[in-house]
Amino acid sequence: MNYMMLIDVVLLALVIIAGIAAIEARNLFAAIGLASAYSLLLACFWTTMDAVDVAYTEAAVGAGISTIMLIGAIVLTGEREIVRRAVHWPALLACAGVAVLLVYGTLDMPRFGDPDAPAHTHPIYAGFTQQDVMKDPSGKSFELAQEYAAAHPDHSGDYFHGHVPNQVTSVIVSYRAFDTLFEVAVIFTAAMALVVLLRGRRGNPLKGGLL
Amino acid sequence: MKENPIMRLAVRWNLPFMVVFALYTQTHGELGPGGGFQSGVIVAAAFFLYGLVFGGAEMRRVVPRWFTDLLAAGGVLLYVGTGLYSMFMGYEFLDHAAVMPSNPGGAEPWGMTLVEYGVGLTVFAVMMTIFNEITEGTNPEDNQTGESGADTEFGARA
Repeated sequence: MNYMMLIDVVLLALVIIAGIAAIEARNLFAAIGLASAYSLLLACFWTTMDAVDVAYTEAAVGAGISTIMLIGAIVLTGEREIVRRAVHWPALLACAGVAVLLVYGTLDMPRFGDPDAPAHTHPIYAGFTQQDVMKDPSGKSFELAQEYAAAHPDHSGDYFHGHVPNQVTSVIVSYRAFDTLFEVAVIFTAAMALVVLLRGRRGNPLKGGLL
Repeated sequence: MKENPIMRLAVRWNLPFMVVFALYTQTHGELGPGGGFQSGVIVAAAFFLYGLVFGGAEMRRVVPRWFTDLLAAGGVLLYVGTGLYSMFMGYEFLDHAAVMPSNPGGAEPWGMTLVEYGVGLTVFAVMMTIFNEITEGTNPEDNQTGESGADTEFGARA
């Protein structure tokens, strides 16, 4: 067992503990704190897997803004949970079924860090690492990069000229800029829907709150 | 919560650092982790904290609604505009090479930066809009009728 494995196991165990504790906590303020800790621990775990962008988003959204929103919500609702803990069997079965399906889905995935995984042999990756790829003619990506360079002389040999140090940004706002454009359009539409539905409705049912 | 000195001090001390960190995230999107989405969320979180402690009306005085409406649309327009510019320059939609045709690889970060600014502005403005619209009218102090709800002193109960 290497050290990274040990760190991963400890982090995941803490994530599970924080998750269960957040569900079981009767005090809602404590539950929010535990949910925030859950997100932060998950962010640490993503960092150990070199997925820093995912970790950043998890920390900013999961541990940051949703915690603040939930604190705003408990100031409106009160701090104690009303206990009603009958087991809802159909819901439990549905959750278990989805969990089994998800685990089954991961069985087809390549091992973590596998050099022969599609993510590491696909032409896109060859494009990203082209400067290094071109120096190593023995690599699998070298041939792909050469092939692409022959087929697309107008890109001066680049598969895709989005070379910036952060590959995730490269994919999100350049290679898949169209996807991101419509993601932005979707959240814009959500805000506009809220404006149309709620703006100016002073006599709303949330009377007697905080803000 | 406005009278609680600890909350006031915590927000006053944290807000500038949060905003500066968000700007760092925004401007270094193509170099390190993060980008427009994360920076927009962090700036919005800073102003949520401000609104939570000083009240929604005070927050709307600092960041008015017309301003967030403008930013939400402006961010999307900046994104689309980047794509349309490359179209008018004879490239494909959102082909960032159009920003600097002499050096397509070098133009890429510039195009990405423009697009990321669009994303950041929209996300910030949308988060503020969600906060504003959902919490509107829930402050007893804002109500002209003067009817107050349950105990709203967060500091007194925590």
